[in-house]
Amino acid sequence: MRRTPLYDEHVAAGARMVEFAGWQMPVQYKSIVAEHHAVRGAAGLFDVSHMGEVELSGPGAEAACARLFTNDVRTLAVGSAQYSLIANPCGGLIDDIIVYRIGADRFWVCVNASNAAADLAWIREHEDGSCRIDDHSDATGLIAIQGPQAASILATLAPAAASLPRFAVARLQVAGVEALVARTGYTGEDGFELFVDADATGNVWRVLLDSGRDRGLIACGLGARDTLRLEAALPLYGHELGPETSPFEARVGWAVKLNRPDMVGYEALSAAAAGAVRRRLVGFFVEGGIAREGAPVFAGGSAQIGEAVRQVGNVTSGSHSPTLGRAVAMAIIERDAGEGPFEIEVRGKRRSAVVTNLPFYVKRA
Amino acid sequence: MEIPDDLHYTKEHEWVRVEPDGTVTIGITDFAQEQLGDIVFVELPKPDDETVVLKDEAFAVVESVKAASDVYSPISGKVLEVNDDLPDNPNAINEDPYGDGWLVRLEPKNVDDVEELMNSDEYEELIEGLTD
Repeated sequence: MRRTPLYDEHVAAGARMVEFAGWQMPVQYKSIVAEHHAVRGAAGLFDVSHMGEVELSGPGAEAACARLFTNDVRTLAVGSAQYSLIANPCGGLIDDIIVYRIGADRFWVCVNASNAAADLAWIREHEDGSCRIDDHSDATGLIAIQGPQAASILATLAPAAASLPRFAVARLQVAGVEALVARTGYTGEDGFELFVDADATGNVWRVLLDSGRDRGLIACGLGARDTLRLEAALPLYGHELGPETSPFEARVGWAVKLNRPDMVGYEALSAAAAGAVRRRLVGFFVEGGIAREGAPVFAGGSAQIGEAVRQVGNVTSGSHSPTLGRAVAMAIIERDAGEGPFEIEVRGKRRSAVVTNLPFYVKRA
Repeated sequence: MEIPDDLHYTKEHEWVRVEPDGTVTIGITDFAQEQLGDIVFVELPKPDDETVVLKDEAFAVVESVKAASDVYSPISGKVLEVNDDLPDNPNAINEDPYGDGWLVRLEPKNVDDVEELMNSDEYEELIEGLTD
């Protein structure tokens, strides 16, 4: 089991550690719900050092990124980031990623921990030898500071951070440590992600926690990260996204730019964009408990018209929404399943589920 | 970890209090609520003249953000009352597992059955064995 550079910090703080994608990670410190509310109301600090970092550089790097990633990296200015996808030739997904352009011919790619090895192999296999590929994952720690107070807390250590626009990235000194600071995150709140050398990660973590305590900053685990991203309807690979899922089914079709016929998956993605998808991702409010991942979704069963109940899909992510105080779920269902009524299986019983607009939560402007 | 010495305990981490009128109150222990984490949903039996629970049978569900867990009845009896505040405030189980977080009150089939359950010392030993 792998450990992040912050493992000792988590254990010393009394975090409950769990296995995630081969890593020992904190799922919660004291309370998932309290950590969730801290991020919505003040700020939370997350160790996401398990995520992978791959750099493509050199004269051929832009062309390689344009061919391997679905969003159009050619439109990305130096110092900016974009959400993107790695598609397979069938138009399914290998991973979802953030691409940071840190130089004219340098692209820093943040990938999911569970896919890091597969992504790296895929990129090496599919680039044509005209760019350099470096795996920085082991040498890099990643800290996310998220929430409405994140900017003011980080500004006490790195004043320039506060003026970074959303999805901008810059190399800044934070607590005397050089960090790649990006205004990105995975919570539905304002916030930053800080890529730092593994050796310096503990120091940055401690200084941030100390600096932000008065503004309500607390350490948060993967449990709160999951409820936060679910409320914001941000997809998670292995749940909403996978090798059999089209981005046009999973609400991430906007990150596919069909302007490069040499892009991997171009034909299949073009067909999907033109309507050749059979499923859609929807949000549900669920009664009678939490509908967990995999739970079947049913439609029909109207007694009046003698319609049979049939399964139309499955829950991809389900939990309790601390902000809304009720059970929510995302599910991938047949495109033609109608607008309900639906039922979802909760602990073996079919419960009423009402379709609701995604995301469940939108940050107040 | 709070383990009051006037209660009886099960290895499934329920507690039982014998009230002065001979009825019994049942809940889950401090250890159980801490293991579960934030409790966000509670399903309780419907109390009426017909509702009986049987020893070792699941009669309620407590669900946290991470997982759902059945609650087993430590003894058999008729359900007299359930904690109606819990569906709106399930977090009471986390905050006060032996007080406001109680689940049900039973008229026991045989109140002497509680003597077969663990006392606080025995339960504490069980917990220590689990957390070593």
